[in-house]
Amino acid sequence: MKQQAKGWLYLLPALIFLGVFMVYPLIDVLIYSLEEGYNFASQTRQGVGLGNYAYVLRDPYFISALKNTFVIVIITVPLSTSLALLISYFLSRITFLRQAFQTIYFLPYVTNTLAVGLVFMILFKKTAYTDGMVNVLLNFFGSPSIDFIEGPYAAKMFVMCFYTIWVVMPYKILILTSALASVNPVYYKAARVDGTSSLRIFTRITLPCISPMIFYLVITGFIGAFKAYSDEVALFGTDLNAAGMNTIVGYVYDMLYGEGGGYPSYAAAAALILFAIVFTITCINLLVSNNKAGIGGAA
Amino acid sequence: MKVTLEHLTKRFPNRNKKIHEDVVAVNDFTFEIPDGKLVGLLGPSGCGKSTALNLICGLEKPTEGKIFFDTDDVTELPPERRGVGMVFQNYALYPHMTVRQNIIFPLQNLKGKDKITKEQMEERAMTAAKLVQIEALMERKPSEMSGGQQQRVAIARALVKLPRILLLDEPLSNLDARLRLSTREEIRRIQTSTGITTIFVTHDQEEAMSISDLIIVMKEGVIQQIGKPQDVYEDPVNLFVAKFLGTPPINVFHARVAGGGLYLGEDRIADTKAPEGPVTVGIRPEGFIPDPEGPLACKLHRVEVMGRDISVVSSHEASENAVIRSIISSAESEVVRALLADDSKPPKAAEESASDDRIVRFKIRPAKLYLFDTETGNRLEL
Repeated sequence: MKQQAKGWLYLLPALIFLGVFMVYPLIDVLIYSLEEGYNFASQTRQGVGLGNYAYVLRDPYFISALKNTFVIVIITVPLSTSLALLISYFLSRITFLRQAFQTIYFLPYVTNTLAVGLVFMILFKKTAYTDGMVNVLLNFFGSPSIDFIEGPYAAKMFVMCFYTIWVVMPYKILILTSALASVNPVYYKAARVDGTSSLRIFTRITLPCISPMIFYLVITGFIGAFKAYSDEVALFGTDLNAAGMNTIVGYVYDMLYGEGGGYPSYAAAAALILFAIVFTITCINLLVSNNKAGIGGAA
Repeated sequence: MKVTLEHLTKRFPNRNKKIHEDVVAVNDFTFEIPDGKLVGLLGPSGCGKSTALNLICGLEKPTEGKIFFDTDDVTELPPERRGVGMVFQNYALYPHMTVRQNIIFPLQNLKGKDKITKEQMEERAMTAAKLVQIEALMERKPSEMSGGQQQRVAIARALVKLPRILLLDEPLSNLDARLRLSTREEIRRIQTSTGITTIFVTHDQEEAMSISDLIIVMKEGVIQQIGKPQDVYEDPVNLFVAKFLGTPPINVFHARVAGGGLYLGEDRIADTKAPEGPVTVGIRPEGFIPDPEGPLACKLHRVEVMGRDISVVSSHEASENAVIRSIISSAESEVVRALLADDSKPPKAAEESASDDRIVRFKIRPAKLYLFDTETGNRLEL
């Protein structure tokens, strides 16, 4: 008994910290999301219910943010993971300049998001002086200029996804390069003795051996993409609703502090909806990966 | 399938970039392995035996020389077109596949006219599995099997393509001592029942001696001796081979030849026709016969009784090693017992008195006595 009390005493600092900064805010968010017509200044509410959720789900800004988020997730996660796999595979096959390439591929990871945003501005943004480098290129090939930052939705989304992939790729390359290097080379030797084609070696030996790492990247990739916000701000400025490029996290932020802000209840409801989505997707991902590991991995 | 190597040489660039001289892993190998034999490629670690195996397999390209399987020149062929099966030291079973998938894997690679149907694959996999007696484990993963079972799966995977030659790289080194004994019998059995020419690499002389039809002793990329295990043991060409084969190892002495006699220190142990001067002498542990009148006087350290045999540990001033180990068969052990009884001490007590001044005298069996040139290590006529 005394031993147990001692144990809890030792845990107390951590528990207090977690309670104050994690558990309490989570519960508070839940409470906020259920308080209808909550007034921050007078600390009053009109009722309790799911009204905030109903409002958020009917809000066209939220719907557009939801749509944008899903588009970004669906495009960038598979594309960045497979591109990273391709690049790290070829990196593992070359010896010449390998270190140099690895460094170059890793550079975006250590570069600040906003600095990268600036680079993309130079590449894509139309100004009084230039249409941006990409447009200069397009013009060279005889195509008219496209306004990537303030133009059509598809153009904006293209830049957005391009940017996101470019930013998340270095970490994935890093992880996959080390995963590839960890595959025991004797498997490749054995496969060579049996005359296995390189494609078959890749699909039947390499991929299963590194599949735990791939699943890890897909799961964290989904979570990261669902929480996208700062990249959008870096490209399109803080008024994402006006640009039509808002994301769920952006919506939450706007509801709290934005121009039309001061609605913590709506923000809380939107945040919890996002949580529900991410949670569901992650569960599905884990189920799939565990299944696959059952068939393939367990090494 | 007969395997012939002609002046096979493999040089690697030196890892130490300051030294421009290449490392010669395999130096001018020329030998012939007769069809259907089990051959042990034997040498200390780093002597190039695995490289030699990789060259025969086709995983490495030789710098010079040629490899023939029967009359086919396979030097330029990739491994899959040579018809070799290889078992790797760590088995290299694909960890994510079951035993069945592992064994079938090589068959799924077959292309063109060699292609076979799924049923044929299953059938061949089953035949191979039965041969190594793992047919009950077909649905297991490698991680769910013991080292010995994994070894069998690896052999089955190598045999399923019906190779012309089976290559095994240190097949027993990852097994514990008991399993090693049974697995080497197993390898012998599989080799005998398939009749496939088999080459295996090992650094363990006992392993090579026990199952090989032929052993090839290597040192630093150079073949030292090729022959039947017993022949190589009985008749080593140089000191290296003599030292490398046999447990306990051969006893080495600094000796000299003078006046037609071979002297270990002051003891004239044999007559010899060798030229006068210093020589190196090797005497196998079983070459010592305890004899009160024997010429070789050694200081007795202790007597170890190991069931059937008695091992006498003694020392001599001319010995290269700290102790001389001699094995006395039971027939002759009476002499030793008598010797010990002289001091009215039972053998047990002798073990405890580690350093006393008792002398044990030996006669030397001429057949177990070898003379080597001190400079080159080459064998000399007695």
